Amino acid sequence: MSHKVLIADDEANILISLEYLMKREGYEVSVARDGEEALAAILRERPALVLLDVMMPKKTGLEVCQELRANETLRGTLVLMLTAKGRDTDVAKGLGSGADAYMTKPFSTRELVQKVREMLEARA
Amino acid sequence: MKPAWRLPAAIGALALAMALLAALSVLLVGATLEPAERDAVAAALAPRAMLGVALWLAVFGLAAWGLSRAFARFVEAPARLREQAQVLVAGGVSQALQTPGSADLQGLAEAIGTLVRQRSVLQQDVAQQIADASRRIEQERSRLSALMAELTQSVLVCNLDGRILLYNSRARAQFRAWSRTPQTAGGAELIGLGRSIHAVFDRQLVAHALETIRERMRAGAVQPSAQFVTSNHAGQLLRVQMAAVREPAAALDAAEAPLSGFVLMLDDITREFEQDSLRDQLLLGLTEGSRASLGNLRAAVEMLELPDLEAPMRERFQAVVRDEIGAMTTRVQSLAADLLSGMKTRWPMEDMLGADLVAAGLRRIEALGAVRVSAAEVDAALWLKVDSFSLLQALAYLAGRLVDEYEVRSLQLRLRAAGARAQLDLVWVGVGLSTETVMGWQLDAMRSGAEATPLTLRDVVERHGGEFWFERERVRHEAFFRFLLPCSAAQEPAAGEPAARSDSRPEFYDFDLFQASPQSGALDDCPLAELTCTVFDTETTGLSPSEGDEIIQIGATRIVNGRLLRQECFEQLVDPQRALAAASAAVHGIRPEMLAGQPTILQVLPVFHAFARDTVLVAHNAAFDMRFLQLKEAQSGLRFDQPVLDTLLLSAWLHPNQDSHRLEAIAERFGVLVTGRHTALGDAMVTAEVFLRLVPLLQGRGVRTLGEARTAAQQTYEARLRY
Repeated sequence: MSHKVLIADDEANILISLEYLMKREGYEVSVARDGEEALAAILRERPALVLLDVMMPKKTGLEVCQELRANETLRGTLVLMLTAKGRDTDVAKGLGSGADAYMTKPFSTRELVQKVREMLEARA
Repeated sequence: MKPAWRLPAAIGALALAMALLAALSVLLVGATLEPAERDAVAAALAPRAMLGVALWLAVFGLAAWGLSRAFARFVEAPARLREQAQVLVAGGVSQALQTPGSADLQGLAEAIGTLVRQRSVLQQDVAQQIADASRRIEQERSRLSALMAELTQSVLVCNLDGRILLYNSRARAQFRAWSRTPQTAGGAELIGLGRSIHAVFDRQLVAHALETIRERMRAGAVQPSAQFVTSNHAGQLLRVQMAAVREPAAALDAAEAPLSGFVLMLDDITREFEQDSLRDQLLLGLTEGSRASLGNLRAAVEMLELPDLEAPMRERFQAVVRDEIGAMTTRVQSLAADLLSGMKTRWPMEDMLGADLVAAGLRRIEALGAVRVSAAEVDAALWLKVDSFSLLQALAYLAGRLVDEYEVRSLQLRLRAAGARAQLDLVWVGVGLSTETVMGWQLDAMRSGAEATPLTLRDVVERHGGEFWFERERVRHEAFFRFLLPCSAAQEPAAGEPAARSDSRPEFYDFDLFQASPQSGALDDCPLAELTCTVFDTETTGLSPSEGDEIIQIGATRIVNGRLLRQECFEQLVDPQRALAAASAAVHGIRPEMLAGQPTILQVLPVFHAFARDTVLVAHNAAFDMRFLQLKEAQSGLRFDQPVLDTLLLSAWLHPNQDSHRLEAIAERFGVLVTGRHTALGDAMVTAEVFLRLVPLLQGRGVRTLGEARTAAQQTYEARLRY
């Protein structure tokens, strides 16, 4: 059974690559372009994993993640946070908001695929 | 017994004793004789009684003469000597002691004389040493204050209570910017000798810094210091460095000496901070913006590397790559532009003698080689406000291009004043330039020899707020580039100090405050000479505040530790918001149009209140001025409840027999030079001078403290009421 993956990022230029990449891995992919869209998509699609960008309009990735963790039914959703903010304090803040993993841009797509696979397998 | 009676008394006693002796001998002889013999002796002696009396008188006379001689020699001479010696002891002029007495006495007088001479030599020696020492201290102080005045950093020295003992003009200027009402008190309500630094800096902040210093002292630091950053109502940032001032007594063991005060060094870091944060933003934009872009690029490129990519997808990823490269290029360009503008604003402008700039320009152009250069017509008195570094770069750049591209072999520099600006010309003979060429040269990044800078000539000119153009003078076959540059104000007036009052050296320090005891609650016990006073005067529309007359001017100055601080003054016209009687202009010379646009009394009072904080108010006929202030209490919510001294009442108490106690009359009696009479500040200055002269006279009459002076004034006030 293929996993559902949601990609939330406001930059079309990364979205296109990630979408292609995840589909190629055989996941069922949906996309969101801001924080509110991301929350709505999570509620609707119930993805197993979210690739969540930190800097997004309307709601930041951190806020989305916090709301996710506060919601009883969504608590199990895996979150892999993607961000351009690379300072260790930013990483700590991301993980503190409840993300399961954190990757700093620019990242290797191979590592990203690897990470996503590991996270999903660990849950299964 | 009075000395004059001693000799007669002694002679009287002698007469009595001799009379007794004679009577006793007659009685004794008489007692041994038989009655018959007694009669016979009486009969024999009676006719010769006169002889006996004469003999007695002769002996008495002789004895009295001897006695008086002895008296003069052994009683009067020592007594005179004693008196003379007493005069000398009391510090009288040392003169030779006159003694006609015995040799012993004369010896004693000589010994005393020697002692007195030795003493006066010693006294002179001590006085000389004291004078030398005070002169040295005075020299050191004036050297220090001169040094402080020259410092481009703001410096304040405070005692442990936070009272200001010294500040320099730079600090004064800094606090002018901090003042909420810079045009009124010019920061004088914040900074002044004897004022508390806590009016400016939070008490806790200062206390914390002091505690840090104490801790470092305990840890054995010889030069402990602390730092804090604070901001004001206008959002300015100030970095404050605090250093310890230690008790000089224990100078030998500096690490052990207790703290007696502190030095504050202030830096306005607002601009620095803004530039830093601007640079931070630029850097952050560069790193994080680039991260995201690089992430997009990397992902797209890695997708492109996949072997199984179909053509349409390949197209899309290539579009992403092109798009991101375009975005990054734009970002880098705008960053470069921002950095450049940051560079422009960071240029420090300095005051420079025009002739020095020309001389430096000549050297710079000569260094290019292949060109002769000389100075023509240089105005030697001209001061410029320029960034000499970039300006010299510009000159070298222009000269270089003229030499390289137009084979100019001889150049001249010319500098002259043109109104408020200066013209700096780079002149050559012969070939002219087209407008396009000059335009191009202005917009190219400047380069001369191996030196290159991203700045253009236009940047340099803009930075100076100047102009630049090319001009030809056909008659003389000359061509020149002309820079229009700002001149520096010939001599910037010392900050915060009106030039008119700069005749005496500004008193920016008062180290006696180091010894000042913490402001005791009982101000009444404070000696008059040690009071911190605000001496003020008001001009008004009329004499009846209760009938709507208003203040139109307040002037004030300060007295700290018996010194009039002329540069710490307050002067403000006030819009009375009512008509001004034409007649009153004759008194104070303030015409209605001068008051238009001035602040109202409710705007001025808070500043004056702050200026007068923690001081005793002094005014001539203070009741009049206080009445005006008090009538505004309800509206302004400000109470002037500090003690008040009235020079009129004090003068009346001191000299009740004088006809007039008008300010002019008293000033004349005391020889105070009256200038600027009937301006509020002029009158306040005169009042202050009068007060300073009243203080020692009052002391002479036993009025030493504020409390005693107030009592004296109260007495006069009541006495005058009775008339």
